[in-house]
Amino acid sequence: MSDRRTELEAAPWGGRTRRYDLIKEGVVAVVIIAILAAVLSTLFGSPDDKQITFKDWAVSAPADFYATSVQELAGTSGTAGYGAPYNTASDGVNLGPLHLAKIMGVTHPVDTVNDFVITPLTTVSNAAPVADALKLWQASDAKQQSTWATNYDTALTKANQDASKVPTGDYGPVPELAAGLLTMAQAGSLDGALLSQGNYFQSDNTKQTLFLGDGSYFNDQSTASNLQGDTWGMMNETGRYPGQAWLWLYSFWYQIPPFNNEDNHPFGANADAWIMVIMGGLSLGLIIMPLIPGVRSLPYKIKIHRLIWKNYYQEENL
Amino acid sequence: MGIFHHFMNLKAVYIHIGWFQMSITNLVVVLSMLLVFGLALVLPFPGSKKGKGQK
Amino acid sequence: MSTGIEKEMWTTKLRKAWQKNLPVEKLLPDTQPAYVASWIYMFGVATLASLGVIIASGLWLSFEGASWYHYSSVGHFVNSIHFWAVQFFFIFMVVHLWGKFWMAAWRGKRMMTWVTGALAFVGSIATAFTGYLIQTNFDSQWISYEAKDGFNSVGIGSKFNVTNFGQMILLHVAFLPVIIGVITLIHVLLVRSKGVVPPIDAFNKELGERK
Ligand code: HEM
Repeated sequence: MSDRRTELEAAPWGGRTRRYDLIKEGVVAVVIIAILAAVLSTLFGSPDDKQITFKDWAVSAPADFYATSVQELAGTSGTAGYGAPYNTASDGVNLGPLHLAKIMGVTHPVDTVNDFVITPLTTVSNAAPVADALKLWQASDAKQQSTWATNYDTALTKANQDASKVPTGDYGPVPELAAGLLTMAQAGSLDGALLSQGNYFQSDNTKQTLFLGDGSYFNDQSTASNLQGDTWGMMNETGRYPGQAWLWLYSFWYQIPPFNNEDNHPFGANADAWIMVIMGGLSLGLIIMPLIPGVRSLPYKIKIHRLIWKNYYQEENL
Repeated sequence: MGIFHHFMNLKAVYIHIGWFQMSITNLVVVLSMLLVFGLALVLPFPGSKKGKGQK
Repeated sequence: MSTGIEKEMWTTKLRKAWQKNLPVEKLLPDTQPAYVASWIYMFGVATLASLGVIIASGLWLSFEGASWYHYSSVGHFVNSIHFWAVQFFFIFMVVHLWGKFWMAAWRGKRMMTWVTGALAFVGSIATAFTGYLIQTNFDSQWISYEAKDGFNSVGIGSKFNVTNFGQMILLHVAFLPVIIGVITLIHVLLVRSKGVVPPIDAFNKELGERK
């Protein structure tokens, strides 16, 4: 566009004008939207599926909870092997040579053994076998603890998470600890213990959420509500409510190759990071759209503006 | 809690074609967005008769 | 009145720049150019109005607390207003964005109007997202669990921890709305200051020979 045209477009308008009451328009708009929102609220309400507690989990799926507790002790759970920002167990996802999470470091340390199992158990008075198991565990060194936990985790996995089918072996106090935690969760006292970690004020649910996510129970509930990321879950809401439809483009990338295959290296396995980069780039593109050749000329080529300004174009015979 | 509270908390229905999947509700939202845009383009805008302003 | 000393003062400079760019007649005019006659012009205002309803209902919710709406029917209604107003907000904002795109409304040195609008869009997505995280229900448990991987993957998780309810509620009710408010304010003041962009072909006659 010529500079002259830009100057004319930037200059104060010298042509015909019409009466226009901005404030009235704004007030009317607020009233209309408030009424519309009130009508939809009266008709449909809003989504509110009850939160899941550790009690729900331990009561509804005790075997899953028990096995997950053993994994936390053995260091085989998702959280235990996550890497930054929770621990140093792995390098985490990468963008080629860039391990951004690792570079930022362990900012929210999570020790699954102590934070998820041992510390909560110490906050309640336990039955004799559990109390003894706790004493034995605390008196043993890390290597011994790890051997017991790994042995039991392996055996339990082989037995398809059925503790009654696990053959006898060198498991130390691990079965009793997991059973103790299960009892505690079923009684409803694990949620608070995980949150407070022996303190008073707490507002960080990281430990609860990570532990909850390590089991199958929580994941199964989300699959049932179609909330999993690989099925556009990011856009969805519980029940029949509208979700965050504006996340469609973000969600889209997870549905297509190479990002929809976690075993695909280097992109699928690091989909989270690459999709973040893509969306960051696209957001920047939206922000500076008027500078992008091609895209910025579309409105001149596809003349939707003639419909928008149809009154004016008619009046001025343009 | 909403007159249709029960209905809204039933299991959602999804349109599923290949890799594309969307809940009916989200589809309604997207379509109404397009509809509103379309209507805004074609509906006549009231009260803009020629010669109303100055000049 | 100008004595020379005033010329150097920041206060004076600010006042003069303000008076030049946004005199109150421009801020609250009686008329608009004749071409401001289309339903498309309603969507900026509709977005703004939705934001107003969101803030009002959100303030009410924040006085009662994040769990209020689980057990109070008034709370559930106010929460529903907040929820649906957000849906309206995004619907209107997207239609507004489409409209401004097809009008190439960044013409005539209005680039910053587009930029602030797009920033408001991206910022609103972040704000809405934190809102979903503080519903204190199953949905927020799941969203925080699932979304942490995205943020962790690029290191953002080290500072922005979606599973930290306390951090999310503070960002959602304090930091992010203020950011959106400020960006929106600048956006709207820019529109008032620059005037509504003329139609694409408005100056064809003036430039006719050269085109
Ligand atoms: C918080 C969200 C937003 C609010 C409250 C808002 C509000 C407004 C209002 C009230 C106007 C003037 C009336 C009108 O033309 O509709 C306007 C104009 C404008 N908006 Fe937005 N807007 C928002 C987001 C956006 C977005 C996402 C974009 C595009 C990326 C955008 C681009 C523009 C442009 C370019 C104009 C100037 C149009 C002109 O000069 O004619 N806005 N906005």
